[in-house]
Amino acid sequence: MLAATNVTINAQEILKGLGAVGAGIGYGAAAIGPGIGIGIVVGNAITAMARQPEAAGMVRTTMFLGIAFTEALALIGFVVFILLKFT
Amino acid sequence: MVPLLGSLQFPQIGELVDWKTLGGAGFNKASLTIIVASVIVLAMFFVAGRKKAMVPTGVQNLVEASVDFVADGIIMQTIGEEGMGFLPYLTTLFWFILVCNLFEIIPIFQFPPMARMAMPMVLALVTWVIYNGVGFKHQKLSYIKNSLSMPGLPKAILPLYALIEGLQILIVRPFSLAVRLFANMLAGHLLLVTFALLTDALIFHDGVKAGGFPLFSPLAILPLAMDIGITGFEVLVAVLQAFIFTILTAVYIGGSMHPEH
Repeated sequence: MLAATNVTINAQEILKGLGAVGAGIGYGAAAIGPGIGIGIVVGNAITAMARQPEAAGMVRTTMFLGIAFTEALALIGFVVFILLKFT
Repeated sequence: MVPLLGSLQFPQIGELVDWKTLGGAGFNKASLTIIVASVIVLAMFFVAGRKKAMVPTGVQNLVEASVDFVADGIIMQTIGEEGMGFLPYLTTLFWFILVCNLFEIIPIFQFPPMARMAMPMVLALVTWVIYNGVGFKHQKLSYIKNSLSMPGLPKAILPLYALIEGLQILIVRPFSLAVRLFANMLAGHLLLVTFALLTDALIFHDGVKAGGFPLFSPLAILPLAMDIGITGFEVLVAVLQAFIFTILTAVYIGGSMHPEH
C-alpha cells in the first residue's frame, strides 16, 4: 500500500499493458485449434503408415501438406502477436 | 564500403512489413543476403551443369539428386507427367528458399531474409501469377466457371460457394503461402535470439553476486544447450519450409491445370 501511493500510472501505459495482455491471450487462443488439428493429422498419418508401410512415402507427402494447411492459422496468430507487440 | 557495412545491421523488429532505408538506398541485410543466396544458387547450378560427368560426384551429385527429388517427389505426386515443364521453376524455387533459410544459422549472416514480409510475398505473387496464368491457358475462360462452381452444386448455395472459392484463389492462397514461410522463419529467428540473449545475460550481466562470484552464471549452460538444439531444429525447419512452399506451388498449378470434377 505504501509503495503504491508513490506510483503514478497514465492512461498511455495502461493501454500499452492491455495491448500486451491482448496479444498474449490472442496468440494462446490461436494456438489451440491448430495444435489439436496437427495432432489429428499426424496421428492419422502414423496409423496409415503402420497399416500400409509401402504407402509411407505418399502418406508422408500428404501429411506435410495437411500440416502446412493446419499450421497457417497458428502462424497468422503469431504474426498478429508480433505486430501488436512490436509495431 | 560504408554503405556495405551499414547494410550488415539487422532490420529492426518494428520493420517487419516496412522496408526502411538502412545503409544506403534501401539496401539492408535482407537485400544483401538475398543477393548472396542468388549468387550461390546460380554458381551451384553453373558448376553442376558444366561437367556432365556420367557418374556424378560432389556438387553435380547434389544438384542432380535434388532435381530428381523435385521431379519424382513433387511434380509426379501433385501435377503428373504434363507438369514437367515447371521443373526448372520449382527446382529454382526450392533451392533459392532453402539457401535463403539456411542463412538463419550461418555465422556472420545469422538472418533469414524470408523473415521480412517482402521476400515471401514476392515469391507468393509470382506463384499466384503462374497458377492463374496456367488456369487461363489450359481451360480458357471456363477456368473462372470451373473454379467458382462445381458440378452437382445446388443453385441456392452457389453464391456462397463462389464467394468462398473466389476469395480463396485470389487472396487466401498467396497470403497463407507468404505468411507460412515468413512466420516460420521469424519464429525460428526469434527463438534463437531469445536463448542467445538469455545466455549472454546470465554470463555477463548477472547481478546476484555471492562473495564476488556471480551466483547464477553456471545456469547459462541451460539456454546455451537449448540454443544449440534449436539450431539443429532450424535446419529441419529450413528444409521443410522450402519443400512445403514448392509442393504447395505445385499443388496450386496442378489444381488450375485440371478442372475439379
